[in-house]
Amino acid sequence: MAQADLQVNRPEAPAGHGHPEKWKWYDYFTFNVDHKVIGIQYLVTSFLFYLVGGFMAVLMRTELATPDSDFLSPDLYNAFLTNHGTIMIFLWIVPAAIGGFGNYLIPLMIGARDMAFPKLNALAFWLNPPAGALLLGSFYFGGAQAGWTSYPPLSEITANAAQTMWILAIVMVGTSSILGSVNFLVTIWKMRVPSMAWDQIPLFCWAMVATSLLALFSTPVLAAGLILLLFDINFGTSFFKPDAGGNVVVYQHLFWFYSHPAVYLMILPIFGIMSEVIPVHARKPIFGYKAIAYSSLTICLVGLFVWVHHMFTSGTPPWMRIFFTISTLIVAVPTGIKIFSWTATLWGGKIRYTTAMLFAVGLLLMFVFGGLSGVTLGAAPFDIHVHDTYYVVGHFHYVLFGGSVFGIYAGVYHWFPKITGRMLNEPLGKVHFVLTFIGTILTFTPMHSLGMQGMPRRVAMYDPQFQGLNQLVTVGAYILAVSVIPFYFNVIWSWMKGPKAGGNPWNAMTLEWTTASPPIIENWEVLPVLTHGPYDYGFDPTAEAPAEEAIVPK
Amino acid sequence: MQGAIDSNPTATPAVAHEEHQDLRVLGLLTFLASEFLMFAGFFAVFLVFRSAIAEWPPAETEVELLLPGINTIILVSSSWVINLGTKAIKQNDLAGMRKWFGITAAMGAVFLAGQIYEYMNLGYGLKTNLFSNCFYLMTGFHGAHVFIGLVLILGVLWRSRRAGHYNDVTHVGPEMAEIYWHFVDVVWIVLFSLIYLLTLL
Repeated sequence: MAQADLQVNRPEAPAGHGHPEKWKWYDYFTFNVDHKVIGIQYLVTSFLFYLVGGFMAVLMRTELATPDSDFLSPDLYNAFLTNHGTIMIFLWIVPAAIGGFGNYLIPLMIGARDMAFPKLNALAFWLNPPAGALLLGSFYFGGAQAGWTSYPPLSEITANAAQTMWILAIVMVGTSSILGSVNFLVTIWKMRVPSMAWDQIPLFCWAMVATSLLALFSTPVLAAGLILLLFDINFGTSFFKPDAGGNVVVYQHLFWFYSHPAVYLMILPIFGIMSEVIPVHARKPIFGYKAIAYSSLTICLVGLFVWVHHMFTSGTPPWMRIFFTISTLIVAVPTGIKIFSWTATLWGGKIRYTTAMLFAVGLLLMFVFGGLSGVTLGAAPFDIHVHDTYYVVGHFHYVLFGGSVFGIYAGVYHWFPKITGRMLNEPLGKVHFVLTFIGTILTFTPMHSLGMQGMPRRVAMYDPQFQGLNQLVTVGAYILAVSVIPFYFNVIWSWMKGPKAGGNPWNAMTLEWTTASPPIIENWEVLPVLTHGPYDYGFDPTAEAPAEEAIVPK
Repeated sequence: MQGAIDSNPTATPAVAHEEHQDLRVLGLLTFLASEFLMFAGFFAVFLVFRSAIAEWPPAETEVELLLPGINTIILVSSSWVINLGTKAIKQNDLAGMRKWFGITAAMGAVFLAGQIYEYMNLGYGLKTNLFSNCFYLMTGFHGAHVFIGLVLILGVLWRSRRAGHYNDVTHVGPEMAEIYWHFVDVVWIVLFSLIYLLTLL
């Protein structure tokens, strides 16, 4: 390919050609195209929104400490309920796990200097802050009231201005997600260092391939549904207005065609983080590399055909219930493959109980529990009984908090030295882990019991008989609120004053650890050459074996 | 440890990797796969309503076939015209590319004008009933995409005024505009079949 063409494709000149040596602090507030800057922008922004969403949760749990509606007005409760869910999904887990770790790590893991489309990447990030502003600004108009699912007709008859802002915010983060996915796919496909074959890329990258495919194919369908909802609210159409011939269940199909895969969007990158953290801290090769890689793709594929399990009570015909029960239960198979592979990796390993490892093992426990309650919910006969109760709330918080958030924490403790060049404080990290672990169990376990007894979700008031367990849940939520204090303190303090990390503090084998911490602007002076697979622990690095023998056999 | 993964400064493969191939066409195709699914969502909604409602389209919102038929012929044939344009630039024929791209832009503009004319003469609006909701939303969204394609083509024409900007080796811009134009064309064929042909036949 001609020289001129390549120049057009590289907005950033190669290292040493017009770059600053190091980014200044204000570069992080600009339209910067460096994937590491964008990764940090995503991570910091999402951790701020985590606090906002968590604050809303604490207020809701305070309200729910008593059966009556006496702390928040019912409308405000609804607004917090809606925005807690929306912020935690679209502005915390998705941008942190996919945008943050994905952007920061993928080029470093595959030996690239940047993502395939750096400007598109920056654009994808900068769609997020305005979306967050729209959501927070919507409180001026009363806040969206209809829950994060925004089912019509409720979403069409409550707080129209705020609901419109909510829709625009989701369309913006959805666009961001699609642009990011295009970038991830093309980058992993085409930008690997030449010595890296498909079966040598780190499993985090495999997870991101599956995540990106899923986002690419499901997000636009949600966009279609939200555009129709937007027209219904603002331009007098009647797609979802039953009195004018419209159909509310159509919205549910469009919504869940995206939003069930969204569950996998939030957990697949976390599975990738698990597959990196566990072998490094267990000092063992990952068990079942191909099984883990392909099971990510299987989850991606099967995950596109399970969405109706959210709609078993929406007048779904029996054949649909049977089909979607079976497809839902099939997802447990690839997920189980991963769980067993990580357990087998731990088996007989020389485990280092670092905070990152504690969170990874905690995730294993939590996810098995959340996964099992997920299997029960996937079966239509049981789901019909507990639908719209706290059992569902307990289940998805176990997988989203006990799963995704634990995974993000594990990732931060693992890669913080790489990102900042400094070590986090381990004792403080362990305090954080213990508080989070206890808080999670105390908050989300009693919810299952409450749901089985019939306590409905989404409401500010409940029968007095549920008060005891609800107060337990509220205490758990307060513990979780306290648990973030040592974490944020640790991150801020260590970023400024922590001990220097060096290039490879964990003795890890993936490529991101071959450069300095933090990495230089174009990642490496000279791109690394692969001499072994990503998880070849247990080999003697000083042994003089020929490089070829250490490469993962094809 | 550091020695295990070798940052060997003399390694030649790494240097060869420094300038990677142009990936923009691949990126656009990936994006369009996603974009197509948004239209697929609209198509699915349309088909659900069509199967659920006995009289579709209802009597007061009939569609006519002549003008959209002509429009379809214009848009579909413009896909061939724009292809002649990129073929020309691949043989370093800049004047030929500008000619064919200009004709494509004109055809796109005629298509949009025809659609607006149709809107004005149908006698019903967006809010009339469920069919008109679907009709205006789907054709309107497609029209917006045609407009974006038109802007891309005009952008290529604008840039082509700079000497040497496009030639037989550097022509990713025209190529991407062409791919996008084919995309709006394919979407239109599905849309036309659903809204007009399925309705009338």
